[in-house]
Amino acid sequence: MSSELLKTPLYDAHVALNARMVDFAGWSMPVMYAGILDEVRAVRTGIGLFDISHMGRIRVIGEEATSLLQAVTSNDVSSLAYTQAQYSLLTNPDGGIIDDIIVYRQAENAYMVVINASNTDKDISWIRSKAGAGVEIFDDSAATAMIAVQGPEAPAITAQLASNPELLNMDRFHYATGTIAGAEATFCRTGYTGEDGFELIVPAESATAVWNALVAAGGVPCGLGSRDALRIEAGYPLYGHEIDDTTSPVEALLMWAVSLEKGEFTGRDHIATLKANGAKRKLMGLVSSERIQPRQGYTVFIGSEEVGIITSGVFSPTLGTSIAMAYIDSRYAKTGTAVEVSVRDKRIPAVLKQKKNLLQNS
Amino acid sequence: MASVPSDLKYSRSHEWVRVEGDVATIGITDHAQAELGDIVYLDLPEVGRILQQDAQFGEVESVKAVSELFSPVGGEVVESNTGIADTTEVVNQDPFGGGWLIKVRIADTAELASLLDAADYEKFANEHGGH
Repeated sequence: MSSELLKTPLYDAHVALNARMVDFAGWSMPVMYAGILDEVRAVRTGIGLFDISHMGRIRVIGEEATSLLQAVTSNDVSSLAYTQAQYSLLTNPDGGIIDDIIVYRQAENAYMVVINASNTDKDISWIRSKAGAGVEIFDDSAATAMIAVQGPEAPAITAQLASNPELLNMDRFHYATGTIAGAEATFCRTGYTGEDGFELIVPAESATAVWNALVAAGGVPCGLGSRDALRIEAGYPLYGHEIDDTTSPVEALLMWAVSLEKGEFTGRDHIATLKANGAKRKLMGLVSSERIQPRQGYTVFIGSEEVGIITSGVFSPTLGTSIAMAYIDSRYAKTGTAVEVSVRDKRIPAVLKQKKNLLQNS
Repeated sequence: MASVPSDLKYSRSHEWVRVEGDVATIGITDHAQAELGDIVYLDLPEVGRILQQDAQFGEVESVKAVSELFSPVGGEVVESNTGIADTTEVVNQDPFGGGWLIKVRIADTAELASLLDAADYEKFANEHGGH
């Protein structure tokens, strides 16, 4: 174990809960507490807690903040209310994906942007390189902590601890400020598990008190292992698996996070051209009838023909069989198509589905 | 701390062996299951297969990792615990009981001498970490 790993403000709380800590993107993070599958079930049926403080949190402020974000992100920030958030992409000049991000608008020219831990330095450098004199970029990552409270019981328990029933009326992808467990907090109705809930941003020094209050209220501490399984079940992409600097939002089926209409942004022409011509491959979901797990890099076949490659796969405790996402040759990328995944020395049957419908029966 | 029953023999690849007559029951240790985490898939051999000592006889897969299984003794597979294929968490919950994997009719009991006893395995596992 390297002594140089970064620690979130909740590190001691994880160790006290006997979490198994691993190196993730240079951070010492909990991969699991009692067990990955039980943690998945807790989030699907009750309430789970995740330390996501390792993600980067930056503020983009100044008279050119809106024009900067319009230029470097794929989605349209101009339509956002000052209490609203948006999933978006940082795109490169080739139309590839630098990172997937959440943009929170705070005022006409003030935003918070949450970025992936593994990309924090790359993203900040990129945004700074595109910023003119009329915008300032502040890195709030170290001064704050971020806790995801996810699951069907998450909204009610969060609202109760915050003594703020109004939180329950908040729509998804909106946020509000308030207090929880005596700490100032930003309550974002966002998450990456496929369940309802909040992501809380609190001052670093208050993180442990907020975490402990949520645990005392029944929140099940969950690690990165269950977080990954949950996002695969929900069909959400992860940088380094489904998306990276060489993948296009067209093939990743992320065009709902791209506004070609808003005007110019980095890589727009490449994305528009690929959309018009059609991508050669598409990101699909796969449901296997077996428990053996397709993993990143495994090949997908129809008969003897290679038709795709797995980007992520996991045993789904919700379905009781394994699921995956894969880039599939567009000619075959249709719901219901029977394929086989080459898993070491075996061929495992699977059926293609839209990635958003992996947990649905039809 | 991981449980290490004193009446069993152990391999350096983290399998345990319970010898009854000429049959060896084989599984993975508590230490191994804890290192792997949630086990979701087992690939076990068919009855009748002849295994050499230290030969790979299958694999165990957790959410995190895939690990090969090696037979601590040579012989013929006389039983394979295929009944737990859809309840593989039994290996996590009860690795020395319901989570056993195969039974082998021992070809040469002299091979047992190369295995570790509980005290030596515990020391080995603490020094060598993962499965």
